[in-house]
Amino acid sequence: MINKFLLLLFLGLFVTACTTTPEQEQRPDVVDKTGTAEMADDDAGAAETGSEAQAFGAEGDQEAALQELDNPESPLSVRIIYFDYDSSTVLAQFEEIIQAHAGFLQANPGVVTTLEGHADERGSREYNLALGERRALAVKQQLVVLGASPDQVRTVSYGEERPADPGHDEQAWSLNRRVEFVY
Amino acid sequence: MRYVYCLLILLLSSMPAVRAQGELEIIIDTGVENTLPIAVIPFGWNGAAGEQPIDLHRTIANNLSRSGRFATMDENEMPQRPVEFAHVNFSDWQLLRMENIVIGNLKQTQAGDYEIEFRLLDVYKANQLTGFRIKAKRRQLRRIAHRISDIIFEKLTGVRGAFDTRIAYVTVKQDQAGQDRHSLQIADADGFNPQVLLESDQALMSPAWSPDGKRLAYVSFEGDSSSVFVQDIRTGRREEVAAHEGINSAPAFSPDGGRLAMTLSKDGNPEIYVLHLAGNSLQRITRHRAIDTEPNWSPDGSRLVFTSDRGGTPQIYEVGLQGGAPRRLTFDGSYFARPRHSPDGAGITMVYGSNGAYRIAYLDTGNGSLSVLTNNRLDESPSFSPNGSMIIYATNGRYGSELAAVSADGKVRQRLALQDGEVREPAWGPFPAD
Repeated sequence: MINKFLLLLFLGLFVTACTTTPEQEQRPDVVDKTGTAEMADDDAGAAETGSEAQAFGAEGDQEAALQELDNPESPLSVRIIYFDYDSSTVLAQFEEIIQAHAGFLQANPGVVTTLEGHADERGSREYNLALGERRALAVKQQLVVLGASPDQVRTVSYGEERPADPGHDEQAWSLNRRVEFVY
Repeated sequence: MRYVYCLLILLLSSMPAVRAQGELEIIIDTGVENTLPIAVIPFGWNGAAGEQPIDLHRTIANNLSRSGRFATMDENEMPQRPVEFAHVNFSDWQLLRMENIVIGNLKQTQAGDYEIEFRLLDVYKANQLTGFRIKAKRRQLRRIAHRISDIIFEKLTGVRGAFDTRIAYVTVKQDQAGQDRHSLQIADADGFNPQVLLESDQALMSPAWSPDGKRLAYVSFEGDSSSVFVQDIRTGRREEVAAHEGINSAPAFSPDGGRLAMTLSKDGNPEIYVLHLAGNSLQRITRHRAIDTEPNWSPDGSRLVFTSDRGGTPQIYEVGLQGGAPRRLTFDGSYFARPRHSPDGAGITMVYGSNGAYRIAYLDTGNGSLSVLTNNRLDESPSFSPNGSMIIYATNGRYGSELAAVSADGKVRQRLALQDGEVREPAWGPFPAD
């Protein structure tokens, strides 16, 4: 179990390392906010002088935020929340993680995350599709309560259609009852 | 000579490698009582030696066995193999207490087509109950075997046969790159003649037949979230009919074919809606913050049953199409889901979870009695044959999910060994149009 957790952590890091889209999407936003009227008027010159420093500062902020995701000691590096059987109650052990993600989203209003809800294979597929959605919505609700904007959190359910572990025992099922953060 | 013949049969039957794709593996799990003894005698063959295109008798006998209503005689135990009525020695069959026998002949005509004759005989009365001569093309022969099975079944049980019907299901196989390939397929009710209707690298779910058997509704994740499609089986033309925010799933055609009940979570959580296909208008049926899903129409089209966890655990509820408070139908258990009405409207089959096992159960809605029909751990997706005599479902087998069928009384179970890879979510189609 511990090994699997470490593996997931590692996978989370790997995914983070590969994820550049939010940064790219956000860059214009950040520049707009920090740019002065003077810089906007003087395009070519600004890029070489004052605006460069401004722009660098903005990018620096963004990089710092993303580096926090990279840090394995940060709760942000945990991207998967697990659930009990037939339950969408967020367990106390994951509250710190959700709080960290909520803080990150609040600090980076341009970032959008998708919560993918999943269920284990037991019982009916359509009920499990609904259960996966309810799990994703439960996490979204907490993120919003903790400061994220509802527009920053999308939800999608895959029910039991995309198991993390293809096995047919409690070990596999416990890994499949989950919500994944996808940035 | 007889020993040699038996040995050959034994050899053949112990060679799983030669099993054709789609071949049926019949496993009789429980003691069979109140079954009619019948012998389906190998048909005669008039044509080039060794080129008989189909063992009609075997397909017919398999059909009758798996219905749970008949005990078919092993070929090796048959005292004689007559092809014509005049050659039947009725006293031999009476001694064996074989109430009915089927004899027949397959002939290749000069034009290359086929002519089939068969007779259903009453052994004790020593007469013919029914008999037909049928002309067919080669590709129709399997279907003819199913139609003969239907005629025998109806003559002896009084119930219309459902062997000449089709099933729809979803398969999942990994391609060479290790990616899952999902496909929506239809096949004969015994698993033969599979045809692919749709392939996707994303999940497919919940195939549902239109009452005329011409269209299938299903859920596809091709847009990276669930949406509902309706596809014409003959032309392959398909239309996305529901792609709202959230879940779009669990489609079910109304008995008149004009409406599609489904689950949508566009208003915040999963609720049952009815989509009027002609005007594309939505009618909301349920209104509750719990999960409401898996709607299924009553045969008269006046009500829907569905799964809801509004009581704390998933249970089956019933609601009129005109709204009103849903009525709870299941009580003795903590997991009931995916209800399907029996064609006669007398009961509902569903998934029943108890002590960590998920099985197929039948609820008699008249007296409230619940019968558990299967004995595996992960059974799901039950679907009645159109005559109500059998239920097809998905079970966990050697290669993951595979199909199985159980007689409606739970006495006979069998697996449909369709192919390698997973086979899921069987939906039994309607009777063919006359």
